[in-house]
Amino acid sequence: MSLAKTESVAEIKARNKELINEVLKVYPEKTAKRRAKHLNVHEAGKSDCGVKSNLKSIPGVMTIRGCAYAGSKGVVWGPIKDMIHISHGPVGCGQYSWAARRNYYIGTTGIDTFVTMQFTSDFQEKDIVFGGDKKLAKIMDEIQVLFPLNNGITVQSECPIGLIGDDIEAVSKQKSKEYDGKTIVPVRCEGFRGVSQSLGHHIANDAIRDWVFEKMDPNAPPKFESTPYDIAIIGDYNIGGDAWASRIILEEMGLRVIAQWSGDGSLAELEATPKAKLNVLHCYRSMNYISRHMEEKYGVPWCEYNFFGPSKIAESLRKIASYFDDKIKEGAERVIARYQPLMDAIIAKYRPRLEGKTVMLFVGGLRPRHVIGAYEDLGMEVVGTGYEFGHNDDYQRTAQHYVKDGTLIYDDVTGYEFEKFVEKIQPDLVGSGIKEKYVFQKMGVPFRQMHSWDYSGPYHGYDGFAIFARDMDMAINAPIWKMAKAPWKQTPAPALLAAE
Amino acid sequence: MTQNADHVLDHFELFRGPEYQQMLANKKKLFENPRDPAEVERIREWAKTPEYKELNFAREALTVNPAKACQPLGAVFAAVGFEETIPFVHGSQGCVAYYRSHFSRHFKEPSSCVSSSMTEDAAVFGGLNNMIDGLANTYNMYKPKMISVSTTCMAEVIGDDLNAFIKTSKEKGSVPQDYDVPFAHTPAFVGSHITGYDNVMKGIFAHFWDGKAGTAPKLERVPNEKINFIGGFDGYTVGNIREIKRLFGLMGVEYTILADNSDVWDTPTDGEFRMYDGGTTLEEAANAVHAKATISMQEYCTEKTLPLIADHGQEVLAFNHPIGVTATDKFLMEVSRITGKPIPETIARERGRFVDAVADSSAHIHGKKFAIYGDPDLCLGLAGFLLELGAEPTHVLATNGGKGWEKKVQALFDSSPFGKNCNVYPGKDLWHMRSLLFTDPVDFLIGNTYGKYLERDTGTPLIRIGFPVFDRHHHHRYPVWGYQGGMNVLVWILDKIFDEIDKNTIVPAKSDYSFDIIR
Repeated sequence: MSLAKTESVAEIKARNKELINEVLKVYPEKTAKRRAKHLNVHEAGKSDCGVKSNLKSIPGVMTIRGCAYAGSKGVVWGPIKDMIHISHGPVGCGQYSWAARRNYYIGTTGIDTFVTMQFTSDFQEKDIVFGGDKKLAKIMDEIQVLFPLNNGITVQSECPIGLIGDDIEAVSKQKSKEYDGKTIVPVRCEGFRGVSQSLGHHIANDAIRDWVFEKMDPNAPPKFESTPYDIAIIGDYNIGGDAWASRIILEEMGLRVIAQWSGDGSLAELEATPKAKLNVLHCYRSMNYISRHMEEKYGVPWCEYNFFGPSKIAESLRKIASYFDDKIKEGAERVIARYQPLMDAIIAKYRPRLEGKTVMLFVGGLRPRHVIGAYEDLGMEVVGTGYEFGHNDDYQRTAQHYVKDGTLIYDDVTGYEFEKFVEKIQPDLVGSGIKEKYVFQKMGVPFRQMHSWDYSGPYHGYDGFAIFARDMDMAINAPIWKMAKAPWKQTPAPALLAAE
Repeated sequence: MTQNADHVLDHFELFRGPEYQQMLANKKKLFENPRDPAEVERIREWAKTPEYKELNFAREALTVNPAKACQPLGAVFAAVGFEETIPFVHGSQGCVAYYRSHFSRHFKEPSSCVSSSMTEDAAVFGGLNNMIDGLANTYNMYKPKMISVSTTCMAEVIGDDLNAFIKTSKEKGSVPQDYDVPFAHTPAFVGSHITGYDNVMKGIFAHFWDGKAGTAPKLERVPNEKINFIGGFDGYTVGNIREIKRLFGLMGVEYTILADNSDVWDTPTDGEFRMYDGGTTLEEAANAVHAKATISMQEYCTEKTLPLIADHGQEVLAFNHPIGVTATDKFLMEVSRITGKPIPETIARERGRFVDAVADSSAHIHGKKFAIYGDPDLCLGLAGFLLELGAEPTHVLATNGGKGWEKKVQALFDSSPFGKNCNVYPGKDLWHMRSLLFTDPVDFLIGNTYGKYLERDTGTPLIRIGFPVFDRHHHHRYPVWGYQGGMNVLVWILDKIFDEIDKNTIVPAKSDYSFDIIR
């Protein structure tokens, strides 16, 4: 049971502040000073969460963060299904990220789609010494022979590429020319760039701008006939089918989704997007850059939305509809009404089992804030949250629209801090990643992976919320958590002692 | 509406509903600019042909679906086998996130490891400050007994000197002067994860035995009766090391397991998170120099470590991931020879039971063709076992296998009439294997989780043995070494064979005459 339930907001704030001071004591002075800026207790009414963010991680502390390559290959580019993404450099990066992110797609893998494959230049010492450009060129030729139905190639740079001075842009241009203007995209997402995955997202967005949009022939005949209701889903990676569970309700309200970025996406969809009437943006963090660019260059407006839980879905459907005419507005109401009975049934089933339960989150992208509404729909309370690679604009959105007074905020949390926070706050559920999952389960705390949906999902949309609610219930109410302590080792309740 | 509150549909059911199917069909038709289905089908068929295989095997630059990882992964695997030791990986931080995830997905356990989080400025000026701060932070926060330093390719490309950096860090007070910080350069662009394992093991012994990087006197070897045991990079380390301890216990062998990660990757859920658990103590690691011999279960994981140990005057010997009757016999007899301890009757009984099990079941395996891929030693161990079952290891492939390994596998084939039509493929990947499975089909495939894509594409049933295994749970808790371990491998193979026979005979009134109740 959470301590939070028995305490007033003032007490919670005092407790959380004390907790922050306590964890900082473990660090050498210089590190404590730096980490202190990333930890805070949220004050209602403030415009942000009062933490510094998007700064370098401190060496040796066990950050949870990844790298720019992970942000580009693993997040933005990897799911584009009809292109081949070369992990350019040594074998490891591509190996560890091979099919690990559950970006669902439809296609004949190895023939016309390639998402769950690992293409690598497998750098050897000679490639480091003499450079890898020739090898890269040859790789592209071999791809053309063995995978003739690929619709394009990207080069996802690993650390050595930028250090040894390879010119992947020249190779890409040359090969594109050789293959009749084939889309070949060099991406400078070396892992040492920036402070986290985040810069990789930005670099990947810029690569789409420079090597897809800029290369398009403005006079080419349109591939499809535009309608006034064309939108693109931006920043949904189709984890466990998230984008599909979103697309279905957007189409049901009368919109036409012309592109998915990038889960189950294709090159043709990327190219079609500037023709959209509206870009709807789920993961702001990873794709706001290209959305802003399309607004400036092509005049496509964009709006953020949140498809976690019925309250936020309804709010978002109305917000999206507000960009369109009455037909769409009515469509939004019709969709909300249609799914209401399902939502009522889900909440009637699970809320009584989850009411009052507390959650601590630590995730990336949009989730540290976006899922809060879904938990609240189930009567649960998020008592701590933080971003792996958020920026200040994420913390602003979090403060202004999501978290409650007194919530513990931890940016780029370290292994040590997270463990101590959970130990003291004793939430009923922790939502974070694979590296954190077993730490907390060992402690006897129920856990759900909130990157991969713990191999479940979708969690987006109405269909996804049913699964989300079921999953949270099965995590928290699994009988096993009551058995973590051996019965002969449990300390008897004090009352029992007194009775003896 | 597809979803249902009473019976919540998961992803594998949800999207099969008509609404979703219609939606996905429209998406494809209108917006994906899809290829002509006939063309997709033509290429799909072409990719099965000998012609395609030839083009595929002519590849010189591109690697597709390799069965190997990079050195630093093996470095971490070795380091966590020592008592209260944190692997500290010098270089970019994303790498460490990957290793930790990779191990957690396989063992379903926490994996603790830190990074020196080098970024652009470190790329220009070197990562010395990252090392100085990083060691101090790790030391203060996690209170390890030892910090084992290895590198990512970034640190290697810019040429950071670990020895000098660690010295300077100690001078700056990051950790005490006499604190153990062994190190190994583990460039990701040389070898594979098994090379990284080797380098770190060698680095740790060099550290303890050869004067701790010039800060302590070298150890004088005083031979004793103990033997050292090195498991190598092994997905079954939890089950295997425990089985070896049991066998050595039965034999009364005095031993030291070097890099014992069997506890840290199998901690209990009892309310406490153990960042450290078990492991070879630092004292044991140092005293291992006095042992009379060192046994490596995986030759290709200890190519540099064993010569270092031999240089200190010990007998060293290496096996190739021994699996099955003959390989286990050899292993135990060597242990017995070295230690002078006889193999007790209890173990002879275990052997008898294992032979009994093979005799009971070999009719179902005899003559079957298998494709195997994995690390070089595991391939040898499995191929050897299949040969003694009367099966044919038709294709044996190791992406991280070299010329020496190729010869060794060929010699194994040559030693058995069942090896006559078998082929070995060093340095090839799973896209090569795909061609092989089409042009020269086998009955079963043995490999790690990634083999499921081959199973899907070629219809060859996959028996999951290897690393990583992400999509089946808890197999790493079972040994594959010893007679008991061999029994596990036998059962895994048989289960798949029987499941396949049942699957192929399950159609009522068509094939179910063979849907036998007794097999």
